[in-house]
Amino acid sequence: MRTVDKRQKLSRRGFLAASGGAAVGVALVTSAGVVSSPSGAWAMEVKALKPETMATLIQFARDIYPHDQIADRYYAKAVKGHDETAMKDAKHKAMIEEGIADLDRRAEAAGSTQGYRGMGWEAERAALLREISSTAFFQAIRGGLVVSLYNQKEIWPLFGFEGASADKGGYIERGFDDIDWV
Amino acid sequence: MTAPYEMNDGSVVVVIGSGAGGGTLGNELAQKGIDIVVLEAGGRHEYDDFTNDEWASFGQLAWLDNRTTSGSWLVARDFPNLPAWIVKAVGGSTTHWAGASLRFQEHEYKVRTTYGEIEGANLLDWPITLKDMEPYYDKAENKMGVTRTNGIPGLPGNNNFKIMKAGADKLGYKECHTGRMAINSQDRDGRTFCQQSGFCFQGCKFGAKWSTLYTEIPKGEATGKLEVRANAQVLQIEHDDSGKVTGVVYADKDGNQQRQKARAVCVAGNSIESPRLLLNSASSKYPDGLANSSGQVGKNYMRHMTGSVYAVFDRPVNMYRGTTMAGIIQDESRFDPSRGFVGGYELETLSLGLPFMAAFLQPGAWGREFTTALDAYDHMAGMWIVGEDMPQESNAVTLHGELKDQHGLPVPDVHFDDHPNDIAMRNHAYRQGAAVYDAVGATRTFPTPPYPSTHNLGTNRMSAKASDGVVNSHGQTHDIKNLFVSDGSQFTTGAAENPTLTIVALAIRQADYIADQMSKGAL
Repeated sequence: MRTVDKRQKLSRRGFLAASGGAAVGVALVTSAGVVSSPSGAWAMEVKALKPETMATLIQFARDIYPHDQIADRYYAKAVKGHDETAMKDAKHKAMIEEGIADLDRRAEAAGSTQGYRGMGWEAERAALLREISSTAFFQAIRGGLVVSLYNQKEIWPLFGFEGASADKGGYIERGFDDIDWV
Repeated sequence: MTAPYEMNDGSVVVVIGSGAGGGTLGNELAQKGIDIVVLEAGGRHEYDDFTNDEWASFGQLAWLDNRTTSGSWLVARDFPNLPAWIVKAVGGSTTHWAGASLRFQEHEYKVRTTYGEIEGANLLDWPITLKDMEPYYDKAENKMGVTRTNGIPGLPGNNNFKIMKAGADKLGYKECHTGRMAINSQDRDGRTFCQQSGFCFQGCKFGAKWSTLYTEIPKGEATGKLEVRANAQVLQIEHDDSGKVTGVVYADKDGNQQRQKARAVCVAGNSIESPRLLLNSASSKYPDGLANSSGQVGKNYMRHMTGSVYAVFDRPVNMYRGTTMAGIIQDESRFDPSRGFVGGYELETLSLGLPFMAAFLQPGAWGREFTTALDAYDHMAGMWIVGEDMPQESNAVTLHGELKDQHGLPVPDVHFDDHPNDIAMRNHAYRQGAAVYDAVGATRTFPTPPYPSTHNLGTNRMSAKASDGVVNSHGQTHDIKNLFVSDGSQFTTGAAENPTLTIVALAIRQADYIADQMSKGAL
């Protein structure tokens, strides 16, 4: 049966540059107005939020929907809209900044010396998320993320989903009934 | 007269909505030479314009005007402003539907008699029987090209169906096949056969699935007797001192109000907008809304007992390829109270693309328990459960007390609580659905909660007595003889089957009645 190649398809240069970015995102680097991957594979300009806030938000997004085969840059793209909204909406900006600050405080109360991103185990971070999962902040991030992460066409092949088919003539000649094990 | 019609032409029949009910009724009447104006709230998107992209298509086709929800159903928590996943476009929800075209069973037209009194359920027998409906089912199946009728072969089964069929066979189910579908399995009626593209819910880009958009409506237009006005949202139905309706006021594409006079008005805006329009048309003569002497307008809202079962296997399935609703198990649709509930249910394959699977598999879920399920997306099979739910008077479409729409009219609130019978049936269906997949070696199964409603029914129900419901056996309102209801809101009860075939059959039957009444001078 025809199956989808789930390997990341990138140019050689892109592959080399991205190889560091696929690691878990604890080590995201921040500088003035920028969040970047440790390898320099990608960088994102941050205009309204603090870069540290955006870096934590990216980790937060991964912890909500953890997929180890998805690189950080897709999570970064998925939450970038919050920075754009924060530029126009002071209330939204305050909600994000305060929500992330609250996460850092909870992390420190749980023994982390470097806030939420400094917690080494996903299980430790997930425990904090469970504490805040009914807050408006958590719901706003999760509710937007379920669209902005999974609606990125670039990640669909990583799940084996092929997307649009009509332009290829449907699946009538491309395996709609090719299961070979039942 | 021929189309287009003048606003002050009071000889036309106005049909509100262009979906399974309105689109079919409009064409049927136009074929008889009756002058028809169809007012459709949404825009016109021909099938070339459809897109194989779930969220983009949702933005193009779905009814997104503000609505509110209340009650204990999970939809009110997870999708508080999206009680229903239905369409605002020419063709209505026939652009989006999956195509399953099943006749109701004989007993499902007389459930009060068959089931007896059920506490909390507002059960009533239909004022018509299966025998009354059979000639119209015949016509509807022929019109729609339903597979396994009229000598039309069944569709080929896709990967998702093959899993279902293997499980059904192991469980001893006898009635499992690729369904009775209004999707061409061979070229028919000027339309191609199914190309197995998936994305049935996003509008078939090949036109293989029956939709009024490219069947009934252009056929009606070709007679010169049917005019469709898109982007025309009806705000109010007007009446004269005698109580007869005289026309409608609608907002055109620019938001300007227009008044179309009418000889008769047929309401087919689906089961949320149809009662809302009757309620919003309240006047000094009809202070509780039009056709509401029974108090039943908006009540008895049904949405079918639904849910889904998805399963993960150790090997690939690729369920998203091919017809979305590719097969059915019908064994559980029988009446058999020994299972602990009245009524029955169908199991029908279903698939969502990755973006919608993320949104609907377990709304609100997060963390690894959830994401490991999505990681197995290409190893998943899925089925939808559709069963008869109990009509309850407290499940209702009402006018919101404060919120107004873009035209200044109250938005609808949709209130729903499951009946204990609905819950017992859903739990049974979850067990049976999981058993089908376990029999094929599923490593994990998911009892997925109901999506926003696609089958919206019962809010202007049909009754023998005027005190029990809103319309008579022809969909004519008990109170106003030139006002009709022509969509699924007429349903007295919901049956286990997908409703579209019955909506189409009722529309064909209603067209015969309206033409007869007009020829007798009674309308």
